[in-house]
Amino acid sequence: MSASNLEKILKSGNFAVTGECGPPRGSDAEVVRKKGAHLKGCVDGVNVTDNQTSVVRMSSMSASLILKEIGFDPIMQMVCRDRNRIAIQSDILGASALGINNLLCLSGDHQKFGDHPTAKNVYDIDSMQLIQTVKRLRDDGKFLGGEEVKGTRPDLFIGCAENPFADPFEIRAMRLAKKAAAGAQFVQTQCIFNVPKFEKWMEMVRDLGVHEKIYILAGITPCKSIGMARYMKASVPGMDVPDELIDRLKGVPKEKVAEEGIKIAIEMIQHVRQIKGVAGVHIMAIEWEEKVPEMVKAAGLYPRPQVN
Amino acid sequence: MIVANRKPFEELLEFIKPYSKILLLGCNECVTVCATGGAKEVAILASELKMHREKEGRPIEIMEHVLERNCDPEYVESLKPMVGDYEMVMSMACGCGIQFVAEHYREKLVLPAVNTTFDGVTEEHGVWSERCLGCGNCILDKTLGICPVTRCAKSLFNGPCGGSQGGKCEVDKDTPCGWQLIVDRLKEMNMLDKYMEIQPLKDWSTSRDGGPRRRVREDLKI
Ligand code: SF4
Ligand code: SF4
Repeated sequence: MSASNLEKILKSGNFAVTGECGPPRGSDAEVVRKKGAHLKGCVDGVNVTDNQTSVVRMSSMSASLILKEIGFDPIMQMVCRDRNRIAIQSDILGASALGINNLLCLSGDHQKFGDHPTAKNVYDIDSMQLIQTVKRLRDDGKFLGGEEVKGTRPDLFIGCAENPFADPFEIRAMRLAKKAAAGAQFVQTQCIFNVPKFEKWMEMVRDLGVHEKIYILAGITPCKSIGMARYMKASVPGMDVPDELIDRLKGVPKEKVAEEGIKIAIEMIQHVRQIKGVAGVHIMAIEWEEKVPEMVKAAGLYPRPQVN
Repeated sequence: MIVANRKPFEELLEFIKPYSKILLLGCNECVTVCATGGAKEVAILASELKMHREKEGRPIEIMEHVLERNCDPEYVESLKPMVGDYEMVMSMACGCGIQFVAEHYREKLVLPAVNTTFDGVTEEHGVWSERCLGCGNCILDKTLGICPVTRCAKSLFNGPCGGSQGGKCEVDKDTPCGWQLIVDRLKEMNMLDKYMEIQPLKDWSTSRDGGPRRRVREDLKI
């Protein structure tokens, strides 16, 4: 077992809660601390995004360390878009040396979506192979090139992401099985808005027995406004926002929309908690971190357990 | 075939600005098939440029010439008697052809009139699309004839990513998701179980990452 708090929580059978903190577009560590402060005591680990949507931000490793210093268990995200296998392995060693114990392996959004669409992408390896890479360094103590890791091996709890709402739907459970086989120990799903579809996916996951091989954390995102829901439906690739959800937000007075968004998210947490095989929730309150404590408390998931 | 696009007219006007007598080269191979740099396109570009310069009061003489191939020394050398008569050579051949002509006539400036874009196919009349990046180690056997290196915007070997929707790639709603195509094909062939095989790390040294590539067949050398 790694030194990861998240791993301990999950292994002890507790329903896990993770949050997210997007690093700033500047060099101020205080911004990270402030954002993180909202999540204090409410989460078992915090995802630190890696130049999400291909917009340049403070590095996920630095922001992870800043959060670690104020008591969080950071879940450092790493995408394959910007690094080749040399840089990837180097960053894995570096992250572990800094006391970061969770690594979330992702392909990454295409650079076309970000603020540097004219950049060259790398994709030397993909997310599946990144999972294998971390496992190989950690368990076999071997670099991809075959040489031995000298001395201490990286100590990491290996995570991945999966989007049950992307196409082709019929391979999405198989894809998770593949990631588990590659060495992923936990998965955080894309934001769930279409619950019936998520349930169907979970059924397929269970049919393959994957829920017994990997901890599944259901992705929860509260909608702040009708505009946000509409934007995600129309413009974020692989996002499935049903009309009923938009209609429900539309059905309340304007000043109550945000509150309704939180309410929906809390119901969602309670709902997914009942689904067999769901081991926790990953709350992505994008630029709305201050609402996380309220959600966690209302969902009956506060305080977070202490495990050693 | 190698597919290319003509460069913007303004850019070409800039290229020819200092000159009054140039050679405009075309090629009878790929760029003819993709309707970019064959005899017809060379004639059109020459007349457009001449007309423009005429209007500017600075007429230009343009010799149109189309080689059978611009990537073979035998054809490229056939230019020898004429190249000296022109101040500059502008070429509508692909990037390989342009370079090869430049290598042969070092005293001349050889400028590109096209942007060479990809190795692809004619999907239908007037539509071309990319198929192969020449990675040097073909894995089409594993993906049943659809290239993930080329047809997935992220060159994923274990796709599809989470952005694949409705059969389209996340980068462009008009581009098919290469991995959707692979999964469809696996199903079609009743081989979906093959999807579970994790594709290993790619050896990119056979690709351009290993440096410019060269092929030698001793038995064919004269
Ligand atoms: S695998 Fe390589 S050689 Fe084969 S089609 Fe793709 S890029 Fe070309
Ligand atoms: S949507 Fe499909 S083609 Fe596009 S990057 Fe993702 S897997 Fe590749």
